[in-house]
Amino acid sequence: MTLVSAWVLIITLFSLLYFIASKGIAPFLHGEVTLADFFSGNWGPSLSAEQGGPQYGALDFILGSLMVALGSAVISGPLGIGAALFMTEIAPKAGRKILQPAVEILVGIPSVVYGFIGLTLIVPALRSIFGEVGFGLLAGIIVLSVMILPTIISISADAIHSVPQGIREGSYALGATRWQTISGLVIRVAQPGLLTAVVLGIARAFGEALAVQMVIGNTADLPFHLLKPMSTLTSVITLNMGNTVQGSTYNNVLWSMALILLLMTLILILAIRFIARRREV
Amino acid sequence: MRAKVTDRIATLCFYLIAILIIGILAGMIGFILFKGLHVINWDFVTEAPGSVLTGGGGVGPQLFNSFYLLVLTMIITVPLGLGGGIYLAEYAKPGQLTNVLRLSIEVLSSLPSIVVGLFGLMVFVQYTGWGFSLAAGALTLTVFNLPLMVRIVEQALGTVPREQKEASFALGVTHWHTIVKVLLPAALPGILTGTILAAGRVFGEAAALMFTAGMSSPDLDFSNWDITSPVSPLNPFRPASTLAVHIWKINSEGIVPDAKEIASGASALLVIAVLIFNLFARWFGRLIHARLTSTR
Repeated sequence: MTLVSAWVLIITLFSLLYFIASKGIAPFLHGEVTLADFFSGNWGPSLSAEQGGPQYGALDFILGSLMVALGSAVISGPLGIGAALFMTEIAPKAGRKILQPAVEILVGIPSVVYGFIGLTLIVPALRSIFGEVGFGLLAGIIVLSVMILPTIISISADAIHSVPQGIREGSYALGATRWQTISGLVIRVAQPGLLTAVVLGIARAFGEALAVQMVIGNTADLPFHLLKPMSTLTSVITLNMGNTVQGSTYNNVLWSMALILLLMTLILILAIRFIARRREV
Repeated sequence: MRAKVTDRIATLCFYLIAILIIGILAGMIGFILFKGLHVINWDFVTEAPGSVLTGGGGVGPQLFNSFYLLVLTMIITVPLGLGGGIYLAEYAKPGQLTNVLRLSIEVLSSLPSIVVGLFGLMVFVQYTGWGFSLAAGALTLTVFNLPLMVRIVEQALGTVPREQKEASFALGVTHWHTIVKVLLPAALPGILTGTILAAGRVFGEAAALMFTAGMSSPDLDFSNWDITSPVSPLNPFRPASTLAVHIWKINSEGIVPDAKEIASGASALLVIAVLIFNLFARWFGRLIHARLTSTR
């Protein structure tokens, strides 16, 4: 009886992998787009044949997604691990009473609300500080780093909790200060768990759609500039999936981008499994 | 001496990080409520959106859709989640199937919601022929809510003391009966708290719903209780934009003249709903725990 649900989960996953993969690979099998074109930086689905179009290169969006995801992990990683250390090592009582509930509320805030805050608070602020349009990489990174904070905090806190108490006591007995104990022992012992936390944070940032789309600016270039508009895989999919004709090459290429998102998630999960296995040795 | 100074500085940094995070959260919630609270009134919560040209109106149907979709999703997810959680906690033996199941749960719960939404578009919208509909939306939400639910149930069952289970076995009670009469009641506070928090997530989800439940809502007749009628709010096969999808839509289209106002009010509603879910989960968990263990 209870096995039914187990099979529902397994079948759902495999049908999801099958459907997205088959639809994502189709444009390449049917010769609509070549792999080399898809992984190029030339995006111009509405260009006429004389202009060399239409072009379906998604490289700029793939790099854009990687840049926002890694950028937010760079900000959120140290902050999240710091907060987790605060909760477990520095002030467990305040951590449990104040920071823990705060993290739980942060998890619950919907991504459109993050996007809306980005749109009405962060973008105008960046605009007035730097004098650019405000939409762009930096706005995306700021919004995403707040969004992935709870993921990083709760998983790092679990990892730090599982560090044996005896290790800390041994360190204190040798006369080490709390910071020496944290930086020399606790962080090293918990390292695989902390890495897992950051990788999961990257996974979440890479796949986030609406909040990013609302602040990223949505142009087809990749300016390599913190304050210029750009696009990510998710923002291109959200904006165009509804506006393109079913079965057109443009629409099919969007499914290929979804496949890239899916593969990226799988790669990151494999990475986490690899980290976890190393921990057991 | 230097070690002690470094230690002080490090401690200060940790406090600053904690204060920063609390500050960000308080600032965000304060900002949303400050922006949106003055928009919210009875009409805003109950009335349908005005026409695209004039603006005005409220988010009544969207609010209803969010709740109705939540109920539909939970009707599917809760029984399946209980089944899966009980299986993993009580019946699963180490082996290939359990490994595949755990991997499936891990992958499904970390998939980007937009990818799950596209899967829903392909299977529940196009393949079934339902079109954009509440049913398609609810099934899509189940795809990433179910793994979460299974984990919640498994963890809650895992916290029940072994002795309770063994005592039940020692009295000659069957395994299934032990699960239903001993383990589930003891795990109930954890399951309920987790479920309510999961419900909060479903309530705010948008990316997976844009292409499954759709981005528009038909004119609803709230006095029509015929579940098969296309204007009945209860018809599960009608398209329905939820509050979260509505916020995204009016912001990205920007056609409605008062888009900013509506988005502020709707965001405030969403945040209030999330806070209520959160507080309710805490209070309810504590209440049930007190009832079951007769502690105060």
